[in-house]
Amino acid sequence: MNLIHFVPVEPKIDFLGRRKLFYVISLIIVLGSIGLFLSKGLNFGVDFRGGTLLEIKTTEAEADLQGLRQTLNNLDLGDVTLQEFGAPDVVLINMPRQDGGEDAQEVALTQVRQALEGEVAEYRRTESVGPKVGSELRLAAGVATLLSMLGIMAYVWLRFDLVYGAAALVALAHDVIAVIGFYALTQIEFNLGTLAAVLTVAGYSINDTVVVFDRVREELRRFKKLPVLDVLNKAINATLSRTILTTSTTLLALFGLYFFGGEVIRGFTAGIIIGIVIGTFSSVGVAVPILSWARLRPAAPKGEKPEKVKAAV
Amino acid sequence: MSDLPRWQRVTILIALVLAIFYAAPNVMSRSTLDALPDWIPHDQINLGLDLRGGSYMLLEVDFDALQEEQMRDLSASILVLLRQDRIGVRGLGVRNERVQFALREPDRADDAFILLREEFPDLEIEQNGERFIVGFSEAYQNLQRNNVIQQIIQVLNRRIDETGTKAPTIQRQGYDRILLQVPGVENSAELLEIIGRTAKLTFRFVLEGVDPERDRVPAGASLLESDQLGPSGQPLMEVISDRVIVSGENLTDAQPSFDQGQAVVVFRFDALGGQRFCEATRANVGRRFAIILDDRVISAPVIRDAICGGSGQISGNFTIEEATTLALFLRAGALPAPLTVLEERTVGPGLGADSIEAGEIASVVGVALVVLFMAAIYGRFGLMADVALIMNLIIIVGVLTALQATLTLPGIAGIALTMGMAVDANVLIFERIREEVRNGRSLGMAVDAGFKRAITTIIDSNVTTLIAAVLLYQFGTGPIRGFAVTLSLGLASSMFCAILVTRWMVLSWARRQKRGTRLPIG
Repeated sequence: MNLIHFVPVEPKIDFLGRRKLFYVISLIIVLGSIGLFLSKGLNFGVDFRGGTLLEIKTTEAEADLQGLRQTLNNLDLGDVTLQEFGAPDVVLINMPRQDGGEDAQEVALTQVRQALEGEVAEYRRTESVGPKVGSELRLAAGVATLLSMLGIMAYVWLRFDLVYGAAALVALAHDVIAVIGFYALTQIEFNLGTLAAVLTVAGYSINDTVVVFDRVREELRRFKKLPVLDVLNKAINATLSRTILTTSTTLLALFGLYFFGGEVIRGFTAGIIIGIVIGTFSSVGVAVPILSWARLRPAAPKGEKPEKVKAAV
Repeated sequence: MSDLPRWQRVTILIALVLAIFYAAPNVMSRSTLDALPDWIPHDQINLGLDLRGGSYMLLEVDFDALQEEQMRDLSASILVLLRQDRIGVRGLGVRNERVQFALREPDRADDAFILLREEFPDLEIEQNGERFIVGFSEAYQNLQRNNVIQQIIQVLNRRIDETGTKAPTIQRQGYDRILLQVPGVENSAELLEIIGRTAKLTFRFVLEGVDPERDRVPAGASLLESDQLGPSGQPLMEVISDRVIVSGENLTDAQPSFDQGQAVVVFRFDALGGQRFCEATRANVGRRFAIILDDRVISAPVIRDAICGGSGQISGNFTIEEATTLALFLRAGALPAPLTVLEERTVGPGLGADSIEAGEIASVVGVALVVLFMAAIYGRFGLMADVALIMNLIIIVGVLTALQATLTLPGIAGIALTMGMAVDANVLIFERIREEVRNGRSLGMAVDAGFKRAITTIIDSNVTTLIAAVLLYQFGTGPIRGFAVTLSLGLASSMFCAILVTRWMVLSWARRQKRGTRLPIG
């Protein structure tokens, strides 16, 4: 059976020589994301801000958004937004959190149902979150993100070294910030599902980083005298085909989800796709170069020139 | 090069057989399943409410309202108790979750103390001369709160059952919350109506001669709004005694009915309720009693005669629907405390079915793409990885079904994602083998070394992802938990498949090769 050589058998790309370029790209990504987050903010869904979301199928083949908007604005429920959702007769209605305690959400929901009587063929989805649960979910989201990053760092520290743990944490933070920046840029609704996307990206990106780190550690043992930058390059190159292949298969599976998985999880899938591309980049362009800042092995005795040692076969 | 140890080969076969055994019902129709013998598992995968359609509600029990009502009941009972012994009371009121009062005659303090102690053994009584401060201990209140939660769960079960909806799940969550999950509800408005009313029915006397406009409402009575309209067109206000003659707990049956063309609810008292109502009406002919539902007066008829038949009817301005609902509430019982909806998520059957279909198509497309890609890149080894991948999928479905874990839409996404990630372990192994061969090792040695070296990497990289998945499970709710479950399961199963299944296939292949065979992956 024939095989397509996807990646050259033994790539010898000088990744570390381009590390300044990678730093610049990372900085642009991170600063851009932070800037977007601060200027545009996230389009929080009902999970985090509280409020009510309705997905309805209208009785008409094409929803009269204008008319529906008019009807709902008359109820004086604040800034109600409507959008077509996946099909011309399906409308997503987003209502802000109502003041006046936990009951207020359900009261508003009842009002909307009465106002829409006759227009709705089917209530496809109703989500209503009061202020109490909203703030609990926000807290849980923050705690989960922080804990998973710290937990991952601790594991890498334990299995490798503090330097590796710190570099992994920087790469993780890089990816998490980038995905949040993506959600700020696209204004895709940020809800529990998209938070899951952020955490998945963290999990995937560290997976990728650990594979390269593992190789770095091994090559450091094998080539005791080779300059560290060369060793790092070797490690990246040795795992490059794996990195590209795995990212490709994961992306293939995700494209299936993105195009066929339905409207509800599209925002979630989009975040993971972006995150996986950025996570793959950050393993090579951020995590490994950061390792070069630290002393990865005990200082060599002075006067001895680094020389290449042939690997034991 | 050796073959896998026998126990590992046996493990693979057992895992595969069990996985197929448990996963199989998912591809069978209901009628085929019913025809199967009993020892074969019949369970299909447990779909979450977001796929099956249904309603998820997080409710909060209003313990404050419960406390308030308890204190009001307690003060009313104390008043009655002490009056029976002709002990005068003044300044009766509730402050800081305690009932406070003073006696008109300080020398009756000991009598009052003994009376209270006998009637309410759980009461904490603080006495200072003629002044009393009484209330329930924290431990007693906690016990009561637990009972209240249990009662609420029973009442909700009965109410939902009465509407013909099947299999709701109702669980306590934390201190004062109840999680309600009802499959098959399209419009949560009906559900809200069912849980939104406490439906507390009481029969109490009307206090005549007190004008709510001018007079102060006396201690032991409340001012309640009536469903009947007064002359001005506004709802009438009635002054009602806090003492309950009979309550909804003493009803055995309630049905909607008609009386002179008007919808009414007819009910039957139990023995105790019938007796109490009979005595109270006999002693108070000519007075008015009020039928009160959730602090509103439905009607307040005059007692013309002792009512001792053990049954009666409630007539208000009901429509037939209202009468039917009220009868349902009376049969199912009152909620001992009001509930507030903190969070609601309802998915209609249409969206659920669409999501299942979309999830299935997406998974099939994703898996197909990965399978083709692997075969194209790795040839024969790619096909082996594909076999492992399919087995991985069967194991995930089998375990999900066997554990009856809930599969949600994000859960399907988790499966699709692990399908992509699962080949990672195989890729790591193949790349290693390829390298070892390039370094000059024989095929057999290369396979052994490749697996050995790849395994630590596989474990390290998967454990870090598992950490993220476990935290997602811990902090996520509902559907997100489903994602964490399938992701973790997928990672674990993909490690198993790569380390054992792929290895077995590669080893068996390598042993059949002659010396000097080239690796199919170059």
